Amino acid sequence: MNLSVEHVTAGYGSKPVIFDISMALASGEVLCLLGANGSGKTTLFKAILGLLKPSAGRICVDGEDIAHWSRQRLAKTLGYVPQAHTPPFAFRVLDVVLMARSVHTGVFSSPGKRDIVIAEEALERLSIARLAGELYTELSGGERQLVLIARALAQQAQMLVLDEPTSNLDFGNQMRVLRHVNELAQSGLGLLMTTHFPDFAFRCASQVALMKQGRILALDRPEVTLTQASLEAAYETPLRIAEAGLGMRVVVPKLN
Amino acid sequence: MPARASRTGWIFAALWAALVALTIGSLLFGRYSVPLQSWWGILSDPDSTGLPGIVLMQVRLPRVLAALLIGGALSVSGAAFQGLFRNPMASPDILGAYAGAGFGASLGILLGFSIVGIQLLGLVGGLAAMLLVWTLGSTATRMGGDPTLTLILVGIIMREAGMALIRLTEYVADPHGKLAAITFWLVGGLAAVTPHDLQFAAIPILVGVIPLLLLRWRLNVLSFGEEEAKALGVNPWRIRIVIIVCSALISAAVVSIAGMIMWVGLVIPHLARMVVGANHKALLPASFLIGSIYLLLVDDCARGLFALEVPLGILTSLVGVPFFLYLVFRTRMARA
Repeated sequence: MNLSVEHVTAGYGSKPVIFDISMALASGEVLCLLGANGSGKTTLFKAILGLLKPSAGRICVDGEDIAHWSRQRLAKTLGYVPQAHTPPFAFRVLDVVLMARSVHTGVFSSPGKRDIVIAEEALERLSIARLAGELYTELSGGERQLVLIARALAQQAQMLVLDEPTSNLDFGNQMRVLRHVNELAQSGLGLLMTTHFPDFAFRCASQVALMKQGRILALDRPEVTLTQASLEAAYETPLRIAEAGLGMRVVVPKLN
Repeated sequence: MPARASRTGWIFAALWAALVALTIGSLLFGRYSVPLQSWWGILSDPDSTGLPGIVLMQVRLPRVLAALLIGGALSVSGAAFQGLFRNPMASPDILGAYAGAGFGASLGILLGFSIVGIQLLGLVGGLAAMLLVWTLGSTATRMGGDPTLTLILVGIIMREAGMALIRLTEYVADPHGKLAAITFWLVGGLAAVTPHDLQFAAIPILVGVIPLLLLRWRLNVLSFGEEEAKALGVNPWRIRIVIIVCSALISAAVVSIAGMIMWVGLVIPHLARMVVGANHKALLPASFLIGSIYLLLVDDCARGLFALEVPLGILTSLVGVPFFLYLVFRTRMARA
């Protein structure tokens, strides 16, 4: 499966926030979106998820424009993983994951036995099956983020869109999420994720898009996109890129 | 979760048993004694004109059924509202739907309409109030207000506007006839419910409750917010409209036969959530049962506490307000 963003301009009201964005993501790939706050990452996500209509350009799945797809069809193709949040009610974890099955059940019906099996498998895949009976509102931020990824898996979408899945997590949980991101890509899903940490893009991305003020500065493999010059331009802070051994690169910011 | 599923099953069995026992008890309860042994005779001969038959079939049964239906329906629409607005402080009475329906209905009484006409005007008033609260609330939130608080404030304003309009209809009503009718009805009570009233209110109440019960799983998805619901493949607008129209229908039907019975729709869903959890799949049916039990109990108190009947609407407020305060402090404590 192939998701392509073709010359998309989108925004709120008559004011565009992103301009002429093009990128493509295939199954099994991870496309990382990097950029400073306000660079248009969220707006691009909204356009891709069909929550915001592009004022120009189109978004295609396997060459087919998704502008006129129904919510259901879109949800069966693209799964959305929001940042870990606190809903107003204390749902059980299994119920939160089961909500993803709504798109596969009738309007007046509730998920059945088969849906429960699928939800439990999704929790199993992220090694959090033990949380099924817990209250979602009482989990840690890292556990909640994993539950939301499990929910997108239970939706059985082929591409996942993850909105800063590592923000607000401690170091260990960030790495756990990244490990799962890599595993999911290896299992054949396409993943599009935003992150604030260029290092994470080095760890898991097949492609990196660097955004600034609603435009793409660079889009290529991490080693090509993430250079000292491009990152300094994107974040407006001095830094350098170091070799950490084993062929791993890391970004080292300069504070003075 | 087989353990949890069976626990929920037991809770529902217990609620049903309590409801049946309380229904029989309420039918037996009253100054005029109609013992259980005489029921079969009365039920098998519907044309019986004896006093026991009239007391049971014409007075107590409609009143008990009305309490069951109204308590259940108000609670279900309250639970649906809380899910819809993602706001545990929301309910049709808090958000001004009853006041809107009440104004429509009192206008209907003033104009001398039949019960169907009163309900229709009540429906229009309730719908208008809800749409206004919705639009004003979401506009104010977009302008940067706290969504929970803004909605409640707009609702309170709408309720006050509705109450002012109701007082206006009282002011212009004929003091020797309709004024008493409007005032008596406004206080809220089931003392005057006739089998005929019940028939005309039961249909819109059920038409309102059934879609809410059918949509209860979708309410879960909706309570995660608009964008997430859409990304999960659910069209929030269609469901919102169904919930608002159904709740307006329930409010109008209830207000037209029982007046302003406040606080039930806000308090009972909280009680139900404590018993069965947040999942609307169990929450809505549990709210119905607990609401039925609650209103039957309160109505029995209204009938029996004092020699003179206490209006039901006053009792639900007297019970509801402290319970709500308790809830507010309990949630604050839990968060701290």
